[in-house]
Amino acid sequence: MGCTGAAQGQASFTMPHPETWLRVTPDGLLCEPGGFFIDPVRPVERAVITHGHADHARPGHRSVLATPETLAIMRARMGEGAGDSQQEMRHGEVLRQGDVTIRLVPAGHVLGSAQVVMEWRGSRAVVSGDYKRQADATCLPFEPVPCDVFVTEATFALPVFRHPDPAHEVAKLLRSLALFPERTHVVGCYALGKCQRLITLLRAAGWDRPIHLHGAQQPLCRLYEQLGVPLGELRPATVANKAELRGAIVLAPPSAIADRWARRLAEPVTALASGWMRVRQRAKLRGVELPMVISDHADWPDLNRTIDEVAAPEVWVTHGRDDALVHALAGRGIRGRALHLVGLGEDEDEAVASEGAPAA
Amino acid sequence: MSLPAFAELLERLVFTPGRNAKLALLRDWFATQPDPDRGVGLAALTEELVFTTAKPMLIRDLVAARTDPVLLALSHDYVGDLAETVALIWPERMGVNAEPPTLSEVVEALEVTPKAELPALIAGWLDTLDSGGRLALIKLITGGLRVGVSGRLARVALAEWSGKPVEEIEEIWHGVAPPYLPIFRWLEGQAEKPDPRDAPVFRPLMLAHPLEDRDLAALDPAAYRAEWKWDGIRVQLTAGPGGRRIWSRGGEDISGGFPEITEAMDFHGVLDGELLVIRDGLVAPFADLQQRLNRKQVGPKMLRDYPVGVRLYDLLFEGGEDLRPLPFDERRRRLEDWVARHEPARMDLSPLIAFASVAQLSEVRDGARAASIEGLMLKRADSPYLAGRQKGMWWKWKRDPLSIDAVLMYAQRGHGKRSSFYSDYTFGLWRPDGAGGEELVPVGKAYSGYTDEELGWLDRWIRNHTTSRFGPVREVEKALVLEVIFDAAQLSGRHKSGVALRFPRIARIRTDKPASEADRLENLMAYVEAGPAEG
Repeated sequence: MGCTGAAQGQASFTMPHPETWLRVTPDGLLCEPGGFFIDPVRPVERAVITHGHADHARPGHRSVLATPETLAIMRARMGEGAGDSQQEMRHGEVLRQGDVTIRLVPAGHVLGSAQVVMEWRGSRAVVSGDYKRQADATCLPFEPVPCDVFVTEATFALPVFRHPDPAHEVAKLLRSLALFPERTHVVGCYALGKCQRLITLLRAAGWDRPIHLHGAQQPLCRLYEQLGVPLGELRPATVANKAELRGAIVLAPPSAIADRWARRLAEPVTALASGWMRVRQRAKLRGVELPMVISDHADWPDLNRTIDEVAAPEVWVTHGRDDALVHALAGRGIRGRALHLVGLGEDEDEAVASEGAPAA
Repeated sequence: MSLPAFAELLERLVFTPGRNAKLALLRDWFATQPDPDRGVGLAALTEELVFTTAKPMLIRDLVAARTDPVLLALSHDYVGDLAETVALIWPERMGVNAEPPTLSEVVEALEVTPKAELPALIAGWLDTLDSGGRLALIKLITGGLRVGVSGRLARVALAEWSGKPVEEIEEIWHGVAPPYLPIFRWLEGQAEKPDPRDAPVFRPLMLAHPLEDRDLAALDPAAYRAEWKWDGIRVQLTAGPGGRRIWSRGGEDISGGFPEITEAMDFHGVLDGELLVIRDGLVAPFADLQQRLNRKQVGPKMLRDYPVGVRLYDLLFEGGEDLRPLPFDERRRRLEDWVARHEPARMDLSPLIAFASVAQLSEVRDGARAASIEGLMLKRADSPYLAGRQKGMWWKWKRDPLSIDAVLMYAQRGHGKRSSFYSDYTFGLWRPDGAGGEELVPVGKAYSGYTDEELGWLDRWIRNHTTSRFGPVREVEKALVLEVIFDAAQLSGRHKSGVALRFPRIARIRTDKPASEADRLENLMAYVEAGPAEG
């Protein structure tokens, strides 16, 4: 941790500024002395991948370094495209790549998600990928790592975004089921992460009946179970008859809940589990009847708390509402810099929908 | 904990499109909430209880004192609605021990708190609530609830929940003030039905069935009376020692929007009639009346340019005497006598139309082309005045609709059951584009008239012929002709085409007709009734 102290003493002769060794390129964020990219948007020689969502884990890299879970997710989602050579790295392991040492530290976003901690000549940078601080039974909790530069997302970086306790949102769904026991409750949720987290939340709330899945949700649920996350009894919604779906909970990609696929359901109540559901107009536009504010991203207080905990004098913002976050950081004497990385934060929904199309 | 419960009800109602689901939510509210909060909540939903104590400015000042101005501006810009922004951004204060207020506490406190102390009172409440509760509170106290629950819907929910007929509830409803404790006690079987005495109450209207061909064949002309079906809004005028009210068809109090009528109601009784814009004895098209609807207040210009009157159909009460059990003929005689005696300002009789045979009546109906007439009403001469639609008593016989062949231009998905179907259609007609060619101009929007099979077919066609998307709207190839029927065409300054259709709906899909042969705007203009255009 010595480098944190050194970072305060800026203009040190021994410690390089992170801008000199971590650069934004058209291919993505490049660690120059290590010769690798983090979550690159185009195929590269060497990639370190933070987690399996489609806007971070893209196909076609030659060699890929990630947690075993992220690599398993990539293989399940893109088969051959998951990289010519794959290198697993467990939490706690340290790797030297050129002059750079690399560690992966849990990010609490989805199963396998990691922050990339890099050190070079006494300077430490942490690329957090996407992360959250709320509890999630499907993945390891985020660990703050003090550093000289913290690279953060800003998906929900407006003070209006304060995610409620997810148990409260699940209780709303269960109350609706009690009020409309004849109707299918279809919940739109991303196939990777949100879906499995929602299942564990439902189980924790005492829902032990089978949960029905859209075809697009099934492979990753199976994989999660193989990787040691128990989900209880799951059934395909596609082959179920209407009578079976009365009063059932069905999980489907957000794009499917109000489209043709949903016509098989019994008078569905459409719900959507997303941090965006906190804003009414967003929910209205999607035609959602039961918005559930459940997010796998850090909300405004958690973004700010995390930045304070890692104590970095400088914060780089990859994507999202960098304007608000950079403004807030300036008020606390932290230098914020918007990286404007392209390709991140693109709607995972669309990616899932196209994957799910044949199964649906 | 009633304000959080009310907030959850509000949120469900706002997002629930279906009537049945809304009714279920309301029934649940009546069954689970304590008095007086359930009645206060009900009155707030139906806007019988409206607060304007707190101005939006007060709320803005409260939040501005607690947030960074740049972050507040960015947030407001993102969220759009100020009340919602405040509800979401309000900094939660650690260590708040107070319980959230109940609805009735809010109502009482707003009544007694001096203006200077309001900000502290409201800030204290906001500190105890979560974001949903804060939004409910802010909307409640600034008078902007708007959740789409009509008084009628609420009374139907009360009827379903209690098992009492909705007509009985309607007749006493306006005689009891929020929080309606005597009504709830009666509905729960703990007290007698409340007696509204002299209070002006709404009496459920008698309605008519549409006349089908088979009904027409069986109709005995001697047993029925005919009159015009005027194209305005149906109203009930109630006046007496307890006050004067104009009720809409659904029992909403619309007196405030028509002061010239209430001023003329210096009688004791209950009348049924049609509210119309009438100039020099001539009824103006419905579009003119629309200028006067949904207004809480009207200015002198409105009163001068869109003068309203009531064309009388029926007399329900004369003084305190209930005439509703009497046969129509008898009530009509009493009504004619009453009008002759009172000569009421701004009111006249809807004339009866003499006829000897169905064939003759049919001719009269076909001859009626004034925009102010929707068709004919047929009422059994011996019919008592009963609530709702009574089979065989009253018929409405609308004139045949007009029709155009239009080209489908845009489609949008529906709501609720239709959320997966492209069910709302914008259609257009051809007109010269000013450069020697032709262009389509949208003339209306229809979302009914088709069968389920046709809806499925149209949905597939739209998905396969989409040329671009704007949010939820799809633009399609200009290749499909729809036969659109409508009741009237009226000039309109608000529409690009200059014309507005009354009740457009899809009659047929004309796959046999190429789009180039669809109608032109001038064909539609030929249907426009002579009448004053809007400014």
